[in-house]
Amino acid sequence: MRREGSALSGAATVMAKELADNLSSTRMRLLELLIFVSGAGAVYATIGSVKDLAGLVGEDQFIFLRIFTTAKEPLPSFVAFLGFLIPIVSIALGFDAVNSEFSNRTMSRILAQPIYRDALLFGKFMSGLVTLAVVLAALWIFVTGLGILMLGVPPGTNEVVRGFAFLVAAIAYGAVWLALAMLFSIVFRSSATAALASLAVWLLFAFFWQMVVPLITLAIAPPDMFDPMSQLATINVGMGISRISPNTLFGEATQAFLNPETRSLGPVLASQMQGADRGAPLPFDQSLMLVWPQMTGMIASVIVLFTIAYIAFQRQEVRA
Amino acid sequence: MSEAIIHTEGLRKVYGSKVAVESLDFNVEAGEVFGLLGPNGAGKTTTILMLLGLTEPTSGRARVAGFDPLRQPLEVKRRVGYMPDQVGFYDNLTGVVNLRYTARLAGLDRREADEAITRSLERVHLTHAGDKPVGTYSRGMRQRLAIAEILMKGASIAILDEPTGGLDPQSTREFLELIRSLKKDGMTILLSSHLLELVQSVCDRVALFNNGRIGLTGRVETLLQDVLGGSHWIRVEATGDNLEAAVARVPGVTKVARDGASLRVEATGDLRADIARAVVNAGGNLTMIAAGHASLEDVYTRYFEGVANAA
Repeated sequence: MRREGSALSGAATVMAKELADNLSSTRMRLLELLIFVSGAGAVYATIGSVKDLAGLVGEDQFIFLRIFTTAKEPLPSFVAFLGFLIPIVSIALGFDAVNSEFSNRTMSRILAQPIYRDALLFGKFMSGLVTLAVVLAALWIFVTGLGILMLGVPPGTNEVVRGFAFLVAAIAYGAVWLALAMLFSIVFRSSATAALASLAVWLLFAFFWQMVVPLITLAIAPPDMFDPMSQLATINVGMGISRISPNTLFGEATQAFLNPETRSLGPVLASQMQGADRGAPLPFDQSLMLVWPQMTGMIASVIVLFTIAYIAFQRQEVRA
Repeated sequence: MSEAIIHTEGLRKVYGSKVAVESLDFNVEAGEVFGLLGPNGAGKTTTILMLLGLTEPTSGRARVAGFDPLRQPLEVKRRVGYMPDQVGFYDNLTGVVNLRYTARLAGLDRREADEAITRSLERVHLTHAGDKPVGTYSRGMRQRLAIAEILMKGASIAILDEPTGGLDPQSTREFLELIRSLKKDGMTILLSSHLLELVQSVCDRVALFNNGRIGLTGRVETLLQDVLGGSHWIRVEATGDNLEAAVARVPGVTKVARDGASLRVEATGDLRADIARAVVNAGGNLTMIAAGHASLEDVYTRYFEGVANAA
């Protein structure tokens, strides 16, 4: 039997309210501080190399993108910084999305209004996503602006397009963590548990995954010293497992977008390099083709996680 | 008899292996105050959630204002205002902003909502607190804010779960006044409570709940008559030996129970004079004798005692 009315009526209201909550909360002040510090850190990291960079103005046609990728000891590059920062921001935005309604005892009162549960979940997810997008866009503009000041040249069209693609990848990456945090906020009634569970997953992928991958790989596809094809297979299996981690997907996506010279994200055979113009940048559409699977993978993870969260929420008992 | 505005038929809800509500049949007429009465965990909240379409019944069906809560939840929720047990609001937002949010969810436009909010806050005497964060509200103010929300929505049915839970006597009295005034406006009210006296004072009809079943339904006076058999309670305070036996011998006395220093006598009529004489003749010092008032609590105790004994 079809249900009457739109599943989304009220979603905009929920979104507006949650957005207002997000943007005015203390949590947001902390995130803004984090953004400022990381942006400033990234810029500081490039100050040292700015001379080298400035020397390259006119020679390197993608000098602007170097701001994002240049690392200066002991600071990581801006991109690496974001790899850590984005999951934290997303988790902070999502870990108490649903369970706080229960602990506030507002859930049954809100659901007694003429809306479907869908509206509440969509509204909350969208407000989280918009907040995330605002945060990342602000950060992106902040760093780009500082870059213009430091280098004294405006970015070229190609650089702007690539920079924007990088922003989209960053938002998709954040959405994965947001969906995960919201899933945990539904599954766990205590927001502290949900936060810890989200952080545990983040720790796993951020720090332990690269240690775990070789172990699993060697167990699944041990290389044969005398068979080069089996060694290639080992590498491919290893990359496959590594790509389960959204951090890997994000890393590869940014690499392709911000380093136009990147021609492949996997092993390249000598025969494949024949006739290649080494070091020559790829056009943007070719870079996009290269990381299309990574982008699709991240967006697919968001959809899968959100679907699981949706089902869990629909089946949840309203009474606390 | 007017048309039933809330109607259930064989409503049943099972959580895992635990039966929360079993074959529930009752009707609430338009404009009446109906009380669901029973101890905690008797299935009152589950019943309410099923009426609102927030929980799916395992079997059976319900109609609220002519709609099926399971299939047409929006129609039902548009007409019903709900105040949950220990109602919560967003503490960091003001009362007005909280109401504005639910008004928007209920589909009121901005101007309608603001007018309705002003009117309903006035009605529950919260106008002065409308712009303060709900975090600063007392329990009673939150309950009144919840009523304001129901009024604002223009609901014709109010479902109140434990409406006076955690209120002090003064707030309780004010709250009951509010419920009576809602009834005067023609609102149908379904309330659940474990406080029997409260229900007795505001409800037209009650349903006694226990272990997920409705034991008895009817008007309060009728229940008193049916279950207690028109009996009178008489309270006797006296000192002396074997007074219980002496009182029990008085014709018309059906039951004598010691309750602390006094005796609780159940009789078929007002036998105060006869009992007083019996006490004095037995050599007791009578200090007080008073006709008691049979209450719903007596019905409740008596009825479920009977059920437990039969089982």
